This record gives sequence, structure tokens and C-alpha cells, in this order.
Amino acid sequence: MIEIKDLHKSYKTGASSLHVLKGINFSVKEGELVSIMGSSGSGKSTLLNILGMLDEADTGSYTLDNFPIKNLNEKVAAKYRNKFLGFIFQSFNLINYKSALDNVALPLYYQGVGRKERMDKSFAYLEKVGLADWAHHLPNELSGGQKQRVAIARALASDPKVLLADEPTGALDTKTSYEVMDLIQGINDEGKTILIVTHEDDIAHMTKRIVNLKDGVIIDDSRVNQVRAIENV
Amino acid sequence: MFSLERWEEIFDTIRKNKLRTFLTGISVASGIFILVILLGVSTGMQNGVQSQFQRDAANRISVWTGVTSVEYKGLNPGRRIQLKNRDYVLADRKYQDQLEYKSALYRIWGGLINYKNESGNYRVEGVLPDYQFLESATLTDGRFVNYSDNEEFRKVAVIGNKVYNDLFKDKKSAINKFIEIRGVLFKVVGVYTDPGGEREEARVFVPLKTSQKVFGAGEDLGGLAFTLPQEDNFNQAVKTSQEFTAKLSKQLKESHTIAPEDESAIRISNSLENMKNVYDMMRNIRFFFWFVGIATILAGVVGVSNIMLIIVKERTKEIGIRKALGAQPISVIGMILHESVFVTTIAGFFGLLLGMLLLEFFGPMVETEFISNPTVNFQVAITTVIILIIAGAIAGFFPAWKAARIKPIVALRDE
Repeated sequence: MIEIKDLHKSYKTGASSLHVLKGINFSVKEGELVSIMGSSGSGKSTLLNILGMLDEADTGSYTLDNFPIKNLNEKVAAKYRNKFLGFIFQSFNLINYKSALDNVALPLYYQGVGRKERMDKSFAYLEKVGLADWAHHLPNELSGGQKQRVAIARALASDPKVLLADEPTGALDTKTSYEVMDLIQGINDEGKTILIVTHEDDIAHMTKRIVNLKDGVIIDDSRVNQVRAIENV
Repeated sequence: MFSLERWEEIFDTIRKNKLRTFLTGISVASGIFILVILLGVSTGMQNGVQSQFQRDAANRISVWTGVTSVEYKGLNPGRRIQLKNRDYVLADRKYQDQLEYKSALYRIWGGLINYKNESGNYRVEGVLPDYQFLESATLTDGRFVNYSDNEEFRKVAVIGNKVYNDLFKDKKSAINKFIEIRGVLFKVVGVYTDPGGEREEARVFVPLKTSQKVFGAGEDLGGLAFTLPQEDNFNQAVKTSQEFTAKLSKQLKESHTIAPEDESAIRISNSLENMKNVYDMMRNIRFFFWFVGIATILAGVVGVSNIMLIIVKERTKEIGIRKALGAQPISVIGMILHESVFVTTIAGFFGLLLGMLLLEFFGPMVETEFISNPTVNFQVAITTVIILIIAGAIAGFFPAWKAARIKPIVALRDE
């Protein structure tokens, strides 16, 4: 599903240049649930941004579902993001003047799905994350956990190949975090490929594979025994 | 551009930011309002000036005399020049085939006129038959002074509407009644009205020769008046009339031994030339008003642009989210542009409506000498609306363009 070969990325800050990713080789197969760990500054968010086509690598190759991702213009990148990827952010990033339902429907709007179908589909996804009753509430009327559920429903709405989650539990308490992880595990069980960036050990152990990043290189990449989140709630 | 979703977006943002939208709207609406008022006033001024010219024939050339200001051929300056009958006869003979209407006139300022118990002071003018057309006078009753009246020294008079209203309180026809001018009885043969209004209607016309004889003027004339035939081309007409006045002035100066450069002895007023000057001035004023109006709108556009930039800044994160979810640059541009065009158009129409209502209701109340009936015609209104929509597009474009170029990664980091 994801193939990365010898990926380099550096940021220029004034005269000096900061080498963030120093040759990453990494691949993810369909249906995997992978966590990327590392302390801050290890380059894990940069890696996720590149995977999400929000940022571009300096050198190296990136293939997503057999499509080479290179030198994309804004238009094509937007199309690919819409088609291949679903994003889950630490700070939820919901549009605050739109109802939960309208937020979920947004990726479908950009896919050109008609209004009726869009609303039906979105409602189905909200049901899936257990928020059918909250469909017409604005984000600021929802709790953190509920917001993240809406965001997950939104990420799923366009039926992407890969879900990318950047510290999805970073802004949530432990109990809510586990609830969200339970939801993510459930989605993975249905066969969706999911990548999670996190710095929390317990969250990482709820995935099936942990990739450890330090100073821009992968120092460890191993399968783990998945801990079911539901057991800890 | 017309999807329901987009409209919902716009109403959402407007509902969320009422004050901001209101202020944006005010800046545009006031711009359009000022433009409409300015254009209305400029039309009003044009109407006013036009009515000023209607009081006499539009192409009238008037001649009168003054005092010499330059020493010439041993004659001292300060000499009073008096037009005589022969000046008129000479001009008539010389330019006969060029002239349309012509008349000499003799004036008495403030002639006391009596009819029965009523009396008043009016200007009395001894004129020739053509003078009716030179004055643009229309007869409401009877006839004008004719050729035989003049040749036979008949004591007949044509009175203005105001004179009639003042003296003939019984409202019966004035025709064949006798009025007393400076103690001499004249028979009224006509009543006239003049587009110049009351001031022009407070006069009495009598045959020229009669007036010279009755009021002891001998051969003296008060002035000459001519028109040249109408021409299709305005500029050509102005040129022809200028040539004519130049020749006439030269001839009169020669026969009265006046220095060619003396401007005060022989005065010639050329209505057509004046009209051209005034029209040129009007055009400049109109141009100026347009300029001020457009500049006002431009200021409004800059205001809208500014506010849209703030909106884009405020919505940076939202734009980032949208881009992460698959919004293409064109869709972001469309969203911002649509909103700005919508706001400027609505606000602009509001300003337009307000301006036109104001002109419609208060326009007819404005009655000064130089402004009459200020209006804005439909075509101008349409032009303004088009300017407006273009303005809205310009106002929205740069912020939209900026928004489209925001990198999602940067936008998402924005807090």
C-alpha cells in the first residue's frame, strides 16, 4: 500500500539547514495498523505530513497504492488527498460553524457527490461512530471525544485507502483515548490501513506494529501483540 | 459558482460575522450612493444650464455698444459709441444671404405703463418682426409686431404674460385694448410667453420706428440681434458664427472709427459660442463627478479587499482543513470570490436604490437657477451596477488568490 525508499527532508531556517528525515525506508501493507513513535524532533510528524501529501520530500520515492507521489501540483495533490487519504488530527480540525453532519459531508462535497447521497452517507458514518443523535450539533457543543469521533467519521467518509492519524489521542484523557482507540481498532478490523503517530506507549501497543524514529532514522520496526483498547476502558 | 452548498457557505459566514459584513457593505453602498448623487447633480446642472439657454434663440448673436478704451486716430478713449439705423441697414445689406433672423432694437428701461387703474414699470423694446424668433417668444393671443406696423409708425404693443397678468386683472382678452406707455396710448395686438420665465415676460414690444419716434431717439439703436441658419454639425455652426461675429465686429469698428483691438466699445455676445463653452465646462464637470465617484468606489473596493484579506487570514485554518480534505485551489478561489461579489453586489444595489430614491423624491424639490430636476437615467444605473460587480470581483480576487496559495501544512499549524 505504502512504499517509501530513502526519503530525505530538511528545513531551512535562516542560514542553517535542519536535516529532519535522513533516509527513511519503510513500507506498509494493506490492512496494517502501524504506529510511528518517537520523541519530539524525531521527525515523526514530518514523515506523516509527507505521507499525507501535505508536505513534499526533498529526495527519495513514495508510492501510494502503486501511484508514484512526486512533483504533484496543488490540484492533483488535492485530488489524491481526497481519493486516497483520510486525516485525523490531534486538534480535531473541525470547521466550527458547520454541524457534525456537514463536517463529515465535506470530503464528499469535494468528491462531487450529490447532496442527498452525501447526507445519507455522512449520517451512516456518524451512526458508525455512535453520534447519530449529535448530527446537527455544532463542534463546540460536543466533548473532545465526540469531536474526535466526528473527525474519524469525516476521515472515513470518502472511503480512503489509508487513514493517517497525527496524535489522535493527544488532546484526550485516558478513558476517552481508549474509546477512540477502540473505534480505530474496529475500523482496522474491517480491513482499513491505518497509520498513527503517537508518543504514548500504551497507545502504540494498541496497534499491530511499532516503528520507532530517532533523529530522522528508523531505529526499530517490530510487530507487537495488539492490546485491545476495550479491555482497558 | 451557483451550487447550493456555496450559497450556504456564504450565508453561514455572513450570519457569523454580521458586523464585519455590515461594515463592508456600508463602504460599498456609500460609494455607489455618492456616485449616483453626483451623477444626478451633474444631470441637474446640465438641465439647469440648458433651461438658461432656452430663454433666447440658441444661436442668437447680440450686439451692443459701450465706451472706447483705446486711443485711435487721434480720438481719445472714453468716447461713448452709439449704434445708428445705418449700422443695421449696412449689416443687413452685407450679410443678407447669411442671416436667418435679424432685428435692430431700441430699449427704454423702466417704462411706466398704465391700464385703467393698474400700472407698472416694464422694459419697453422697439423691435422688428423677426425679434419674436430671436427671443423664442410664443404668442398666446393675437399677433407679433409686423412689417407694416413698423413702416407706418403704428402705436401697437405686444405685451408679456406677466404684464398681462399684472395689468389685466379682469382676465379678459387684452387684444385691441389701449395701454398707456409713458403717457402715450398704444393698442395691444398680442400677448406672448417666453421660456425664460417671468423676467423675460415682463416686457413690452413695440415697432422699432414707432419707439424711436415716440421716445425721441431719432436714429439711435440700442442693439442688434441676429441668428444664422441652423447647421447639423455643432462645431461647424460655432465656427461659422465665430467667423460672422469677427466680420461684423470689424465692420462696426471701422465705421465708428474704433481701434481693432478695442474690446469694450463694440460688444458681441455669441450664444452658440457661450453654449459651447458651457457645454465644454459641463463635460468637464461631468467627467470630474465620474472621477470622484469612481474614486469613491475604488476606496470602497480597497476597503472590501482589505476586509476580505482579514477574512482569509481568519479562515486560514479552515482553508487548510478544506485543502487537506481535498479542496482544489480553484474551489477556494471560487468560495472567497463568490462571497465578495455577493456582498458588494447586495450592498451596491442598496446604495444605488437609496441614491435613486433620494433623487426621485427630493430631486423635483430642488429649484435653483443652475440645478433643475436632477435624475439618473437607467443606462447610468446599469453601468454603475456593472462597475460594481467588476469591483466586487477585483476586491475578492487578490485575497482569494492568496487563500488558494496557502499550503495546507502551514494553514493547519495556524492557531
